[in-house]
Amino acid sequence: MISIDYILLLPFLTPLLAAILCIFFWKKLLAQQLIYLFSGVISLISSCWILLEIADSGMLNLQVGGWKAPFGITLAADMLSALMLTASAILGFLLYFYSLSHSSISKERKLYGFYPALLFMIFGIHGALITGDIFNLYVWFEVMLIASFVLLTLGGEEEQLEGAVKYVTINFIASSLFLTAIGIMYGVAGSTNMADLSVKMHSEGTSAVAQIGLVFFVVSFGIKAALFPLFFWLPASYHTPPIAISAIIAGLLTKVGIYALFRTAIFIFPADNQAVRHLFLGLAGLTMLVGIMGAIAQTDYRKILSYLIISHMGYMVMGIGIGTHLAIAGAVYYILHSILVKANLFFVGGLIGQHQNNYQFSKGGGIYRQLPVLSFCFFVCAMSLAGIPPLTGFWGKYILAQAGLINGNYLIVGVSLATGLLTLFVVNRIWLNIFLQKEPEQQAPRRRISEVKFATIHRGMYLTVGSLAIVILTMSFFPEQVISWSETAADHLLNRELYIEKVLGSRKN
Amino acid sequence: MEIFMAIVTGTLYAGGLYLLMHRSFIKLVMGIILFAHASNFFLFTAGGIVRGMPAFVSDGNPNVGELSDPLPQALILTAIVIGLGIQAFAIVLLKRVHFTAGTSDLDKLKNTDREDND
Repeated sequence: MISIDYILLLPFLTPLLAAILCIFFWKKLLAQQLIYLFSGVISLISSCWILLEIADSGMLNLQVGGWKAPFGITLAADMLSALMLTASAILGFLLYFYSLSHSSISKERKLYGFYPALLFMIFGIHGALITGDIFNLYVWFEVMLIASFVLLTLGGEEEQLEGAVKYVTINFIASSLFLTAIGIMYGVAGSTNMADLSVKMHSEGTSAVAQIGLVFFVVSFGIKAALFPLFFWLPASYHTPPIAISAIIAGLLTKVGIYALFRTAIFIFPADNQAVRHLFLGLAGLTMLVGIMGAIAQTDYRKILSYLIISHMGYMVMGIGIGTHLAIAGAVYYILHSILVKANLFFVGGLIGQHQNNYQFSKGGGIYRQLPVLSFCFFVCAMSLAGIPPLTGFWGKYILAQAGLINGNYLIVGVSLATGLLTLFVVNRIWLNIFLQKEPEQQAPRRRISEVKFATIHRGMYLTVGSLAIVILTMSFFPEQVISWSETAADHLLNRELYIEKVLGSRKN
Repeated sequence: MEIFMAIVTGTLYAGGLYLLMHRSFIKLVMGIILFAHASNFFLFTAGGIVRGMPAFVSDGNPNVGELSDPLPQALILTAIVIGLGIQAFAIVLLKRVHFTAGTSDLDKLKNTDREDND
């Protein structure tokens, strides 16, 4: 009888096999699409299964190759991994329909390696979420990054290449710093297994050298998650590739950085250090404010979204900074909300771009009159981002603000609420300029097209936008289940005994 | 030996960072390579250096304390391979940028940061 733990292999082995198969079917578009669909379905089913299994019976853990932890290759999934895995699998699955249409990504790009690179990236993301070893985490990060380099530069337009230079360089530096941090941890504790490191950091107290390790972790994951002083690469590169690629990269990659920050700063290191807490709170506040200021200054739809991503990373770091059970549960919920909403805003952006041929405020307008359904989908996501009740962003912000007030962190709560208001201002500007405003007259007469016809042409893209909007609305009106899962995730992160016993306890039997 | 390695590692980090600050593509690539070497050396040194000993238990020498640690070696082997891949990608990327943008000055690559571009 095979143990249920083996299901942990499915979410990342399927994309790997699919990616290799796709390379065999080079330039056979239909075959590649079918393989991608197959992999997406398997990932989705298996990650939902993992989620339910973990909700049911605690966490899953697999020692690959039979070597006991902390010496072997550890795969371990707790609630946080499972939730992010599910969100990522949903996005990956829906991207299939979005990428069917040649207007979301050109046919040439799809013929020359879009699907294999995408699958390799999903492979890396899912691996990073499941691994229980920090060196393996580094390797998964690299898999994910190299694939994302390929996706960013696919097509080789001048703008894309320029954005990629910045993206590649800064991410390479971040990875080197990550490697340095692993070196420090190995030097101090003699292990790279997360559970083992956690035991050692908590029992012996963190020495000064280990603290330096934490600093390296924070800087390297801070770069990957685009936190305050380290975010300049993001708005320089995220808007350059085709929108299907922007959407998946924007939805997932920075959140994997935050996931790694959760694993190191909360799980491995003791979270009771006041100085570290304040550092995180400061980073969170500045990230929110500077990000939202950047968004106010922009007039390009995709660039505004890039800055909104930065701004809203602050909320998740705020959860780490407050550090109570409630705050971390709120932050986990916020991560899920952010993945789905940001990706859907980019997806909507792709359709707007199709309709008016660009993303600029000055040349836009009239979407609401012509495409009411699309406008509704945008409205749901935008208001959710701003935190209007009862949408998802409201629940996340509400829990975080409550945790902050209970814990006495009034300043950061004030900053987060102000950021929510400014977000409302920013999305309102998009709404007014692109959706409500009359379309500019001096332009060449655009083909007038009814929404039904427009939706039939772009049916794949509409299907994706609509289904994600439904997922977001479901999460909004029935938040209890997701919030209780988020609380379990916070439980698993803070009460480390379960994780440690599960991973290291298997040494005995 | 550790002191010597520490100096080498520090110099590599400093040199890599110094080159990364430059505007030329070539220096950028050199910087990336030096930075990767620096972190590999760091990982190697932090794992503890044992000289003249194999990383496996040979016949009749079960004294584990005298062996060198195989794990850092395995780790940097992986890191070197990954670093090589990224460096190769960076070189090709910069060559393409040089072809399409017609410049090898990083300061000229400001188009994606501008506010008014489409």
